[in-house]
Amino acid sequence: MTTTRTRLGGTHLLDIESLSPEEIALILETADAMKEIGTRPIKKVPALRGTTVVNLFFEPSTRTRTSFEIAEKRLSADTLSIAAATSSVAKGETLVDTARNLEAMAPDVIVIRHPSSGACHLLAQVCQAHVINAGDGMHEHPTQALLDAYTIREHKGGLAGLKVAIIGDLLHSRVLRSNLALLTTLGAEVWVAGPATLIPRGLDRYGARSTTSVDEAVEGADVVMLLRIQLERMRGLFIPSLREYFELFGMTRERLALAQPEALVMHPGPLNRGVEIASDVADGPQSVILEQVTNGVAVRMAVLYLLAGGVGAD
Amino acid sequence: MQLLLKGGRLVDPASDRDGAFDILVDGDRVVRIDRQLPLPSRAFEVDVPRDCVIVPGLIDMHVHLREPGQEHKETVASGTAAAVAGGFTAVACMPNTDPVNDNAGVTAFILKQARAAGLARVFPIGAVSRGSLGEHLADIGELKQAGCVAISDDGRPVATALLMRRALEYSGMLGLPVLDHCEDPSLKAEGVANEGAMADRLGLRGIPAAAEEIMVARDVALARVTGGAVHICHLSAAGSLDVVRAGKASGVPVTCEVTPHHFTLTDEAIGQYDTNTKMNPPLRAAADRDALVEGLGDGSVDVIATDHAPHHADEKLVEFDRAPFGIVGLETAVSLAFDRLVHRNVLSLGRLVELMSANPARILGLPGGRLHEGGPADLTLLAPDLAVTVDLGALRSASANSPFGGWELRGGVAATMVGGRWVYVNPAAPGAAALARIEAVSASRRGKHR
Repeated sequence: MTTTRTRLGGTHLLDIESLSPEEIALILETADAMKEIGTRPIKKVPALRGTTVVNLFFEPSTRTRTSFEIAEKRLSADTLSIAAATSSVAKGETLVDTARNLEAMAPDVIVIRHPSSGACHLLAQVCQAHVINAGDGMHEHPTQALLDAYTIREHKGGLAGLKVAIIGDLLHSRVLRSNLALLTTLGAEVWVAGPATLIPRGLDRYGARSTTSVDEAVEGADVVMLLRIQLERMRGLFIPSLREYFELFGMTRERLALAQPEALVMHPGPLNRGVEIASDVADGPQSVILEQVTNGVAVRMAVLYLLAGGVGAD
Repeated sequence: MQLLLKGGRLVDPASDRDGAFDILVDGDRVVRIDRQLPLPSRAFEVDVPRDCVIVPGLIDMHVHLREPGQEHKETVASGTAAAVAGGFTAVACMPNTDPVNDNAGVTAFILKQARAAGLARVFPIGAVSRGSLGEHLADIGELKQAGCVAISDDGRPVATALLMRRALEYSGMLGLPVLDHCEDPSLKAEGVANEGAMADRLGLRGIPAAAEEIMVARDVALARVTGGAVHICHLSAAGSLDVVRAGKASGVPVTCEVTPHHFTLTDEAIGQYDTNTKMNPPLRAAADRDALVEGLGDGSVDVIATDHAPHHADEKLVEFDRAPFGIVGLETAVSLAFDRLVHRNVLSLGRLVELMSANPARILGLPGGRLHEGGPADLTLLAPDLAVTVDLGALRSASANSPFGGWELRGGVAATMVGGRWVYVNPAAPGAAALARIEAVSASRRGKHR
C-alpha cells in the first residue's frame, strides 16, 4: 500500500489502538528501507542528527533497550539511557518529577518502559517531547507488535487471512494486547490459548477466539507465537508449576506438527526453554525468533524517524 | 434571635410533611412548624424563594476528614466547610486517621476541631479493632462515651469472621452499628480497577465483584446470628445488593449505602488512566451501576453517602497502579443525586430526603433527619432546578480529586443552616443575597449577646 504521508499523525506512539491502518502500513514500509541500512558497511544515516533521545527504562531489558539504542545511533541521534535503579527514582522521585527534570534539558524523544500500565500516557501528559512506549505494565508494547507483524509480512507477504495462534500467559502480557490490536486490524484470524486462569475477558472485542486447548489453537496455524511464563504466576496461584505448564501448553515438535508445515515460530523473548517452548523448537528451522530481533531495530528506526525525523522539512 | 422561613415547600418524610409550611427558628432550635405562621415582633422574615425546597439537614454518614495525621489532604475545618457547601449539616467521619481513632483521645480531638470550625456537626466513627489492625477489639465502650456513633475499620474490611461476630455482639450491646467495608483481601489482592473488559483492555489488575459479594454475605450471616446491626459501606455490585435484599427480606438488621460516583459512573470512566476515577470499591460495569440505581429507587438501598476521600493533587499525579484510592464527593453529591436520580424519575424528593437525611440519622441514632418543634435547627435549602457547572477550582475541600470537573448538572444547594445559623449560602442560588444579608445581621446580633 503506497502513501504520500511522511510522518505519523500523533506526537507519540503509546499504543497500537491509536494507530490508523495507514500509519501502520507507513511504519512497515519505512522499516523496509531502514532494514537495508543495517546491511551496509557503514550503518548510519543522518536522519536524526542533532536529535536528543532519552531511553528511560524502569524495568530491566536486554533486547528492547539495546534495540532502541542501536536504532537511535544508526539514525545519528544523540542517545542516552537511564536505568531507574541507578537514578533518583531509587531515592523516591516520582515519574512526573523525573520527566519534568528531563524535559528541562530539552530531549526530543523519550522512550519509556515502565512496570505500570498507563505510565507512558502520564508521561505524554506532562511532556513536550515525543513519547514512545517501550512497554507499559501489562498494557501494550507497540513496537514489539509492529516488528512481529513485519516479520510475518516478510515471510508470508501479508497478514490478511492468516491464522495466528498466541499461547502463554495472556492475562499479564502487553505483547498479547498489542498483537491482538495489530493482527486483527491487519486481517489475521487470531486464536489465543492458555490456562483458564490466565485468559483475559473481553477478547471478543478484538474478534479473537480463545481456548484452553493448545492443539485447537495450533491446528492449521500459519504463525505460532509463544509468550513467556513468569515464575511469579505460581505465587498468584495461576499455575501449579512450570513443569505442568510445559506438559499441557509447552510448544513441542509434536504440537507444532499440527500447524501448517511452513508455520513460523515466534517469541518476543526472553525465552524460558522447557517452559513455554521446547529448546529444539526454539532453535528449529521454523523459528524466526532471532529475525524478530533484527527486525526490531529496523522497525524502531522507522518509528523514531516517522515521529521525530525530518525536522525542518515540514 | 428569631428567624421565620416563610412560604417554602418543606419535604420531611420522617415527619410526614410535604407541602407549604412556615418554620420559626429561635436561637439554635426549631420552635414552630405550621401553615401560615405569624411573624413575631423581633423575628427576621425570610421569604423562601419559589424554586427552593426546605429539607431536614442532609447527613453524610461516610466521610474521611483526614485529621489527625493527614492534614495535607483535608482537615476537620476544610472538610466541614466542604460539607456545608454540599448541603450537609452533619457528617460521620471514619477512623482511618493517623493515629487511628481507636481511643477517646483522638475522638475528643476530632470533636474539638469540629467545634472550633463551627460548621457541620461531626459525629466520629470509632475503630472496630485497635489500630484497625484486625486483631483485638478496640475499647468500643470508651469510644461510645467519647462520642462515637458507630464503629468501622473502613479502609479495610473487618478482618475475620470471628472479629466481625464479636464486634456485632459487643457493639450491639452498646447500641452502635458496625459499618463494614466489604471486600475479601485475597481476591482483591493487588487489584486497582473493576475486573472486567476495561481493566483487561488497559492492562490493569482487576478486583472482582465477587470480592465484595462474599464479604457482604459473611456480614449478613453474622448479623443474622448475632442480631447486631450491620451497615454495608459503599455498595458497588449488583450481586452484593441481591444479598442485602435477601437478608432484609428475612429480617436481618442490615442496611447499605451507595455513593454518587457508583450510581453515576462505570469503569469506562477510567478512560486513559484517569486516577480521579480510581477508588475502592472501584467503578464497575453498567449492569452494576444500573442495579444500584434500581435499588435506590425500590428501597433496597438505605443511604446515599459520599465516601468523601480527599487526596492531595501530587498523590494522584502518578501511575494508576500507585495512585491512592478515593475521590472527594461532599460538594457534588446533591447535584448528582438531583440530576441522575430525581430528574430521571428514579427518586421522588421525599425519597431523596430519606436517603440523605432520615435514614442516616436513624441508622446512626443521630438527632436530625427530621425537623420538629424543639429539635435542632439543622436544615438545607435545596434548589432542584439550579444549573450547576462543577468547578473543581472553587471547591471548599482542601483537595480536588474528582472526576466531575466541568460537569453540567441540574440541581444544587441554595443554603445550609446548622443550629439556626446560615453556615453556607450559595452565591449563585436564588435568594442568596437576602439570606447572606440576614445571616450577617444575625451574626452580629449573636455576637452582642455573648
